[in-house]
Amino acid sequence: MTPLLNVRDLTKAYGGRIGCADVSFSLYPGEVLGIVGESGSGKSTLLNCLAGHLPPDTGEVIFDTRADGPRDVLQMSEPERRMLGRTDWAFVHQNPRDGLRMRVSAGGNVGERLMAVGARHYGEIREQALDWLDRVEIAGERVDDRPAAFSGGMQQRLQIARNLVTGPRLIFMDEPTGGLDVSVQARLLDLLRGLVRQMGLSAIVVTHDLAVVRLLADRLMVMKDGHVIETGLTDQVLDDPQAPYTQLLVSSVLQV
Amino acid sequence: MTDQAYNFAYLDEQTKRMIRRAILKGVAVPGYQVPFASREMPMPYGWGTGGVQVSAACLTPDDTLKVIDQGADDTTNAVSIRKFFEKTAEVAVTEKTSEASVIQTRHRIPEEPLTEDQILVYQVPIPEPLRFLEPSEVETRKMHSLEEYGLMYVKLYEDISRHGEIATAYAYPVKVEDRYVMDPSPIPKFDNPKMESAALQLFGAGREQRIYAVPPYTKVVSLDFEDHPFDPSKAPHPCALCGAEDSYLDEVITDDRGGRMFVCSDTDFCAGRRAAGFTGEMTNTRPAPVDTEAMA
Ligand SMILES: Nc1ncnc2c1ncn2[C@@H]1O[C@H](COP(=O)(O)OP(=O)(O)OP(=O)(O)O)[C@@H](O)[C@H]1O
Ligand SMILES: [Mg+2]
Ligand SMILES: [Zn+2]
Repeated sequence: MTPLLNVRDLTKAYGGRIGCADVSFSLYPGEVLGIVGESGSGKSTLLNCLAGHLPPDTGEVIFDTRADGPRDVLQMSEPERRMLGRTDWAFVHQNPRDGLRMRVSAGGNVGERLMAVGARHYGEIREQALDWLDRVEIAGERVDDRPAAFSGGMQQRLQIARNLVTGPRLIFMDEPTGGLDVSVQARLLDLLRGLVRQMGLSAIVVTHDLAVVRLLADRLMVMKDGHVIETGLTDQVLDDPQAPYTQLLVSSVLQV
Repeated sequence: MTDQAYNFAYLDEQTKRMIRRAILKGVAVPGYQVPFASREMPMPYGWGTGGVQVSAACLTPDDTLKVIDQGADDTTNAVSIRKFFEKTAEVAVTEKTSEASVIQTRHRIPEEPLTEDQILVYQVPIPEPLRFLEPSEVETRKMHSLEEYGLMYVKLYEDISRHGEIATAYAYPVKVEDRYVMDPSPIPKFDNPKMESAALQLFGAGREQRIYAVPPYTKVVSLDFEDHPFDPSKAPHPCALCGAEDSYLDEVITDDRGGRMFVCSDTDFCAGRRAAGFTGEMTNTRPAPVDTEAMA
């Protein structure tokens, strides 16, 4: 099987400081990859390099495009990359404010990607927006409300709907449950897990919450100081960590 | 006599050349906002300093200038700009649309179709049609360069979801020659169809330092949805003074007891019709000189 995403030797430095270094991995269709590691270990840097938000210094990010098969995203023209960013890719930010238009209604937020790829029928756009609000468990009557009037959990679910409406194949998530209450987190994780399964989505989830990866991720990558130090099936890594750092990470979580 | 303290049309020749280069670039790329180094003018921003600079760069001693504000030649703003060019350029001025070679306007396009011999100069407060939803100038310029106009439709979507129809009545966005989305300045959407014109149309934004253009006979399409097509609606009345059924009307308060009437906002057009013998139901009443409130 062709990997959906094939990452080779990705490196990004901020001046003299390492962001992430020599990261290589493959992601297969329908697979969810978790990236864990302490604060400053390079998770967000890696994710932003993958998603085209940050230019890496070296490396390849090869995505299996619908039209032309595997292509290095970093070699694409900017319009091509931006198009990918609103069709086949999705990005869920930790802070909904970074991923939503706060001055636009929920329906407009969900409809934006449709309009960006050429939808010009108001009734159909609205119908799809309502359908997606329903799928993320937001009442249809809130369709004309602005996200500022939503709770944190609702904002995060709206961000997910806004991203998934164009039927992407790959979703990047940076701490999708960060900053939410524990009960709200659980509901969001359930919802995410359901959507990922239903849509056969591939996902890369960055978190430092091991409970999140336990629930969502098939495979795990552990990062430290910008490097991947351990990788494997999620249960394997969590139940039988090899690297001493991972052992520490796992045990410290168990103590919490 | 021209006041010798000024160069012709106030601006120095080098500045006018710089502005003309921006205008030419704008004409070559219809609808594209060309940055230019806006100069201090002897009037405050918001008084049409962008339009005044474009007019200054276009005027020659043989030109005849008309200046309108909301369709009228006799408002403070129109009068002061006209006087400014009478003094600094000594050009002939007129209130008749057909006699003018350069028309500077704020908020209206004359009713009378313009010709290939005319230039219409718009005063523009905010040139960026995407500004409403995207505050970053870097991002909006990128959207224009990559032709990413989904966001413009989000604005129309929001309109319909809130009001049941596209409620934008002024500065209704257009797509120029199938490429750039453009803000037509705060003209009523009633005027949008007139932008497909024989005249050269130039837009100047002073504070925001942008010039853009619509060359003669350029395609100008008002954005809309398939199920909510563009509608250049007007008030459902004829003009009370000249009886015109197809002109843009202002609501005028006639007394302090709530009396009101609808009259052409284009004062020259209305006067021309009355001179030709057309009448409305209040032809013999004079409107009180009260501020007008434009109506769509
Ligand atoms: N814009 C930047 N400029 C300079 N250094 C940066 C920048 N962003 C991140 N870094 C550094 O790069 C390293 C990796 O940071 P990164 O944000 O990727 O970590 P992270 O794993 O996402 O951390 P967290 O869990 O706190 O979000 C850190 O040393 C950080 O200080
Ligand atoms: Mg981070
Ligand atoms: Zn009239």
